[in-house]
Amino acid sequence: MAELIRPRRALSTNPLKSSAPLGAAMAFLGIERGIPLFHGAQGCAAFAMVHMVRHFREAIPLQTTAMNEVTTILGGADQIEEAIGNLMKRASPRFIGIASTALTETRGEDIAGELADIMARRPDFAGLKVVYASTPDFEGALEDGWSRAVTAIIDALVPDVDPMFCDRDLRQVNILPAAYLTPAEIDEIVRMIRAFGLKPIVLPDLSASLDGHLAEDWSGASLGGTALDEIPAMARSAVTFAIGESMRAPANLLAERGHMAVQVFPALTGLKAVDAFVSALMRVAGTDDAPPAIRRDRARAQDAMLDAHFQIGGLKYAIAADPDLAYALSSALAGMGAEAVSAVTTSAANPIVGAIPCTQVLLGDLGDLEEGARAGGARLLISHAHGRHAAHALGLPLLRAGFPVNDRLGPQDVCRVGYRGTRAFFFEVANVVLAHPHHPAPEDFGAAPIEREFEHDRPQTAPH
Amino acid sequence: MSDALKTTVQEAFSEPACAANRAKTAADRKKGCSKPLTPGAAAGGCAFDGAKITLQPIVDVAHLVHAPLACEGNAWDNRGSASSGPMLYKTGFTTDLTELDIVMGKGEKKLYAAIREIVERHHPPAVFVYATCVTAMIGDDIEAVCKAATAAFGTPAIPVTVPGYAGSKNLGCKLAGEMMFRHVIGTMEPERTTDCDINIIGDYNLSGELWQIKPLLDRLGIRILGSLAADARYKQVAVMHRARVSMLVCAHALIGLARKLEEDHGIPFFEGSFYGIADTSEALRTMCRMLVERGAAPDLLDRCEALIAEEEAKVRAELEPYRARVQGKRVLLYTGGHKSWSVVSALQELGVEVVGTSVRKATDNDKAKVVEIMGTDAHMYENMAPREMYATLRASGADILMSGARSQFVALKARVPWIDVNQEKHEPYAGYMGMVDLVRAIDRSVNNPMWADVRRPAPWDEPRAFAGIRPAPKGRCPVSGLSNDPKDFEDC
Repeated sequence: MAELIRPRRALSTNPLKSSAPLGAAMAFLGIERGIPLFHGAQGCAAFAMVHMVRHFREAIPLQTTAMNEVTTILGGADQIEEAIGNLMKRASPRFIGIASTALTETRGEDIAGELADIMARRPDFAGLKVVYASTPDFEGALEDGWSRAVTAIIDALVPDVDPMFCDRDLRQVNILPAAYLTPAEIDEIVRMIRAFGLKPIVLPDLSASLDGHLAEDWSGASLGGTALDEIPAMARSAVTFAIGESMRAPANLLAERGHMAVQVFPALTGLKAVDAFVSALMRVAGTDDAPPAIRRDRARAQDAMLDAHFQIGGLKYAIAADPDLAYALSSALAGMGAEAVSAVTTSAANPIVGAIPCTQVLLGDLGDLEEGARAGGARLLISHAHGRHAAHALGLPLLRAGFPVNDRLGPQDVCRVGYRGTRAFFFEVANVVLAHPHHPAPEDFGAAPIEREFEHDRPQTAPH
Repeated sequence: MSDALKTTVQEAFSEPACAANRAKTAADRKKGCSKPLTPGAAAGGCAFDGAKITLQPIVDVAHLVHAPLACEGNAWDNRGSASSGPMLYKTGFTTDLTELDIVMGKGEKKLYAAIREIVERHHPPAVFVYATCVTAMIGDDIEAVCKAATAAFGTPAIPVTVPGYAGSKNLGCKLAGEMMFRHVIGTMEPERTTDCDINIIGDYNLSGELWQIKPLLDRLGIRILGSLAADARYKQVAVMHRARVSMLVCAHALIGLARKLEEDHGIPFFEGSFYGIADTSEALRTMCRMLVERGAAPDLLDRCEALIAEEEAKVRAELEPYRARVQGKRVLLYTGGHKSWSVVSALQELGVEVVGTSVRKATDNDKAKVVEIMGTDAHMYENMAPREMYATLRASGADILMSGARSQFVALKARVPWIDVNQEKHEPYAGYMGMVDLVRAIDRSVNNPMWADVRRPAPWDEPRAFAGIRPAPKGRCPVSGLSNDPKDFEDC
């Protein structure tokens, strides 16, 4: 449907994209007692950490190998070893996820090889799992870094099983969520799976680590996430479901290791998308019926569609987000008759970009969003919190979606997936429209104003 | 009911200008035109509601409801009459009578004080005081209080003695017109008058509908002098007696007022509608003809014809792109009856099929028109119960329902598109440009992909291939903590 346009210009105005290593770090935070480690200069980690701290409003245990000029030139293996040793002493993690950065990738290092050597010669690292993902800042966006990190985790920790003799658990389902899914959305997906008597393993699982809960003790590593011994067990699951097209690569790798079926759901927002997911769950569960809670949720989603179509039908909006999120929200809105006048995204790596319901999708920035919204007469902007500048300039409401949302509390509680999330999302959009009503005036229709003599001459109070 | 109110009601029912009334026998006429209400099966608003609807669009006036809270508290701020200036009409004022006020007879004092507070704080050109069932029953003399307040505060306090139990909403509209005639019209003089001054009676400027018409009048040099009550100022009601012609907009309810303006002030009136292309042109034509008859320059007629020709060509061109999108769609119309017929003929021009219509409030004349346009009377519904309408819609008897808000959910629950064409609507559909807006709204609604989505069967209602048998769940249920392992049961 959509044609991907790469604007020919040197300048990026008001960046939309967050970098790939940040996405990888976020994914590593979804592993129990995990610590993400940036292989790069100190600042790379500091910026990313502050970004995440302000979004999640949590302490983020992101560390760095603190490369300097000399170590960059001579090679950073020693820095990695030292960093792992220090993290072991200070926080005793069970998992460390290393993400490379533009600095180390520009030099070019065989980190995987070096890491294998380090792990072999350091018996004191024995209980620790270390995973390395190559995520140069100059390639792809947040969702690509996330996806690569998940691929790296699977590659390192999921064994290749023998399909004839593995003890297959036919009620166990692997879920690989895309980067944009919030802790509340993971919760909703898990709830739906459990409703069918199935057991999900979510990788990575932010719903236990970055959902915002008060822990009893200071951790120094992630506060929860996918349990480390569950990751190898994923090879025995009945099926792997990827949520988001960006998760196809890790899903395929996992399915290869475990010799199982794989299905990619491009989105779980909108009735049709959720129906497809529920249908798949019914197939795995071997049932031709759904539990009452799911049936009720669907009927309520339908009713929300009827109520909200008055506001959403014909609504012109502009959206800027990573490809998977942009597709999820825009396809759901297109199903309600809304029209995307401008769509801006961050990564050309994701083929779902072609399915975004807008004639053109720009590989661009928030400056493009502002221009597209103005030219197309949008009445609503959808993007992360930095879109507020464009919204302010245009005098339009902004619906915050994606990362970061650092000027509002509770972005981790927003749920726009499943029947319940679909209902909430449609209400959210309709309410933004209702909150900005158009007050008709004579000049809208080209009518002359009322004559002065009819007006009451004493000042009146205006209640509005 | 007080004797004065009884007489007023009786007069309202014996309206000589009303065609339906003239056709009745003397005995029938005495019974009045409102049908008796059936307990347990009544719907629609009361007389107070009707009076408030009619008068609330006067935008610079303070509307004070003398009642316990329900009358204003449950009803205020729910209509879309637009204002081009003052917003005081949107403020809900009520005396909020308590049990003590009622038992101790403090209503009149409280009302007097309330009027004073409004005048001091808001300086409106007038305060309209609405009587309601309770205050009428306990005998508060609103007219006396208003008289005293007017004298004391120097701001007219206008009694609107239309308590809810006097009758239906329609009766309330009539009586509101009567109240204006008695207490407001003729109390002020305009600074100047022209040969082309008109009154518009019975339009409420919903979502700005008046302003869809006003550019046409502006271009013809016709001035809206008096208005009841679209975007009206108090003064525009007070000077209605100086207009040359009155137009009564799709409302039989205010015909009595129009007739009295004719009898007492020599202002002829005509009934017209601004819904649909043909009716809009017809209304403009009649208006100009009558103005010329009353002394306006005769070239107005030519200018009017030129304007109509230009606007009709323009609107037809603007509608043409929608033809392909709405052609063949089947509409079920469920409204008061007469006012939408011009809309229907415009829709039919675009290939929309009207599969049925209600004729609830329609006169015999209206019914004849239905037969004329539809070619048969087979699709006239006198009244349709919600269940019956649901069944018709659910069985795909129509692609879209056009009605008032009351049947909104009948349509939606039957998964059928619905367009609001009554007074609660949020989009203006008047005049030539309003017709384009209406067709655009139909297109947007009926062609929304949401309908196909919402009608699709649920995954569990679709035929499914046999998926094989799964082993029983193992381990403990993560929610209940109960064991799924059959061995555990053997142990206990």
